Amino acid sequence: MLEMKHITKRFPGIVALNDVSLSLKRGEVHALVGENGAGKSTLMKILSGVYQADEGELLIDGAAVHPTRTRESEKLGINIIFQEFSLVPDLNAFENVFLGREIRTKLGTLDRRTMRRMAREALDRLDMHFPLDCPVAELTVAEQQSVEIVKATIFKCNFLVLDEPTATLTPREVKKLFEVIERLKALGVGCFFISHHLEEIFEIADTVSVLRDGCHVYTGPVNDCTQDELISKMVGREVTQAFPAKRGVADAAEPPIMEVRKLRFPGSQDISFEVRRGEILGVAGLVGAKRTESFLALIGRDASIEKEVLFQGKPIELRSPHEALSHGIGYLPEDRKRTGLFLPFSIRSNIVISTLTRLTNKFGMVLSREEKALSDRFIDRMRIRTTSDLKTVSELSGGNQQKVIIARWLASNCKLLIFDEPTRGIDVGAKAEIYVMLQELAAQGLGVVVISSDLPEVIGLCDRVLVMRYGSIRATLTGADINSEKIMTYASGGENG
Amino acid sequence: MGEAAAAGATPREEPTGVVGLAKAVVARPEFVSFVALIVLMIITSMMNENFFTVDNLMNITRQVSTTGIIAVGMTFVILTGGIDLSVGAIVALASTLMAGMIANMGFPFWAAALVAILGGALTGAVSGFFIARFALPPIIVTLAMMEIPRGLGLIYTNGYPLPIDREFGFLGREYVLGLPIPTLIMLIVFAAAYFVLNRLPIGRYVYAVGGNEDAAILSGIRTARIKLMVYAVSGLTAAIAGMIQTSRLLSGQPNSAIGVELDAIAAVVLGGTAITGGRGHIVGTLIGALLLGVLNNSLNMIGLSPYSQRVVKGVILLVAVLIGYLRKQNSR
Repeated sequence: MLEMKHITKRFPGIVALNDVSLSLKRGEVHALVGENGAGKSTLMKILSGVYQADEGELLIDGAAVHPTRTRESEKLGINIIFQEFSLVPDLNAFENVFLGREIRTKLGTLDRRTMRRMAREALDRLDMHFPLDCPVAELTVAEQQSVEIVKATIFKCNFLVLDEPTATLTPREVKKLFEVIERLKALGVGCFFISHHLEEIFEIADTVSVLRDGCHVYTGPVNDCTQDELISKMVGREVTQAFPAKRGVADAAEPPIMEVRKLRFPGSQDISFEVRRGEILGVAGLVGAKRTESFLALIGRDASIEKEVLFQGKPIELRSPHEALSHGIGYLPEDRKRTGLFLPFSIRSNIVISTLTRLTNKFGMVLSREEKALSDRFIDRMRIRTTSDLKTVSELSGGNQQKVIIARWLASNCKLLIFDEPTRGIDVGAKAEIYVMLQELAAQGLGVVVISSDLPEVIGLCDRVLVMRYGSIRATLTGADINSEKIMTYASGGENG
Repeated sequence: MGEAAAAGATPREEPTGVVGLAKAVVARPEFVSFVALIVLMIITSMMNENFFTVDNLMNITRQVSTTGIIAVGMTFVILTGGIDLSVGAIVALASTLMAGMIANMGFPFWAAALVAILGGALTGAVSGFFIARFALPPIIVTLAMMEIPRGLGLIYTNGYPLPIDREFGFLGREYVLGLPIPTLIMLIVFAAAYFVLNRLPIGRYVYAVGGNEDAAILSGIRTARIKLMVYAVSGLTAAIAGMIQTSRLLSGQPNSAIGVELDAIAAVVLGGTAITGGRGHIVGTLIGALLLGVLNNSLNMIGLSPYSQRVVKGVILLVAVLIGYLRKQNSR
């Protein structure tokens, strides 16, 4: 049994964990839920030896342990699969599995045969299938995750922590993952399962614990508690409705804010659609549907892609994101850290970067008081939790980072905003805030496009939904047709898809 | 340095009051070099009374001016996450061109200087074009551009220095307002760079390209233009250094400034700018350049042999960078 007793961890200005006690039995799946910033990540980092607790202790089968680095906690049988994989893209799967722990022959050379055999056995044990000899960069996200699981469990593994393992998986892949978790359970591995998708927790977990603002507020068998009760424990207040009421489809007689015709790029068919003022247009599809690629092509991330775009009734060229932004079309990237944030910058600089030329005096000099006024306004409006707008953005939690990105694009006065996975990896409270804000934007007459892999989100939020598959639009759904059956049918190629 | 915060070299809290401001200054990465500079000056002035004299200090700033001016352009380049190895070659090309225009074509000094400086900027822009347009690695492109301008200078002069009249030596040798003219030019170049990097949107974009290029593109920043610009700036500052050198040496020198790119990079890094881009400050570069200059001067004054000087210089560089790294680790 793995026990954490009275763990407290402080960072300058905040108590990240306050007297938290949790335990994990072998063969148990223990779900850990909480809003962003609740302390889940800190807890995981203490387990993995990245951080050391200021107070409290860590026990394995009753004996105190003090891992001070990842390697040590691995030796103790604790393995963690973080949301962002730690694989080397150019190495193949089994090289990744044994990275840094290679098995050697008597001569000191790599014993590739033994390593391959061990990897093969691990795959069989968990009934997983993926190519071992192909660079992991060429594997799908789900397969890469499988590589991580094998990597975590191939040596001693009694306790496994899965941080948001389903965030980027399709429903079918999630089902597959749960089968693997069941097998790990049967092999006696105890799992901490961190997820924002509460319905999954009821499917896979035995026990659930809730963290809120660094405090441990609840632990109990998963069946003792309803989803709504869990949510209210997480946010500390009653949440009656996650989604604000829909406004309904915009008047079709009114000219659309944007019409796209014959958008075409390698691996797509002609893509044509329109965005109407005042509605939220959803874009659904499975991984590989090329939704992100389509909208990057639309805003001119690759200048060579051909398309016809009518914006507010006039034909325009979109040869670069700069040009798109100058027309008032903004794209908010899905991957916060890789393509969204300037991590070394302050919150303020991150918010104003697209708006700087508006914050200048007549000599073209940036006025820092204007910068501060603008960033303060959006920190307030987006309810970004921070002590100062000069705090480095990398110090914020995921939800607050996402709000910084949204603030940047709201500040730029766009007429049409494309949100790519706006709530991925974000807690319930922040999600609800973002949904309300999306609706407000639509109500103000903006065109709002939401690309999302989160089906409840698409269904609850969007007035019209494009379903994509392999680089083409397979269906446009409205009203009661926006339901999971229809979306999944078209997304997975049913109905003559 | 409050502005620096907004430019991306961010302290954790907004400095308030004298204590807060002092804390913010101490936390800055270039503070290590600043302390080293002061300590070095104190030690040297105790060992040799000629060190802390107006003449010697002025002399140091003049010697530093070449590296310092080149390091300004290098700061722009490194902030975008790039590197420019071609600056030494551009110094030599600008120098020979300028001397040629004066000696062989009868250009007035200022006209020749202007043409040479524009030529330097254009040469830098050529590197920038390949780096921005084809996304070639800066280290390779500027390695090639280390050869081409150097070769052109050698072809033009046949490998010999190209002398100019004594009267053209004023820029390298005279004083204005009690400061050597090269020192004055260096300060003007630093002030201009400070203004661009901290007060203009384009300066922020330089940081943004180095901070996260993909995010910069999606945020509507024309990153290719920024990259082209920083290499042009680097060529420009190299050519300004070339101009000063030509005047001071009274000749165009096709073999001059070999290895100066490494001194410039050292000054930038000692000044706390991250070699990966996105973080740093131009004032740090000035401190870094001064540290290198004072170090050279001190070691001479102490009477260390030139061979030993190199060892000491390398050790100090390594220690300064190590301390900076450890401080960064601790502040996490």
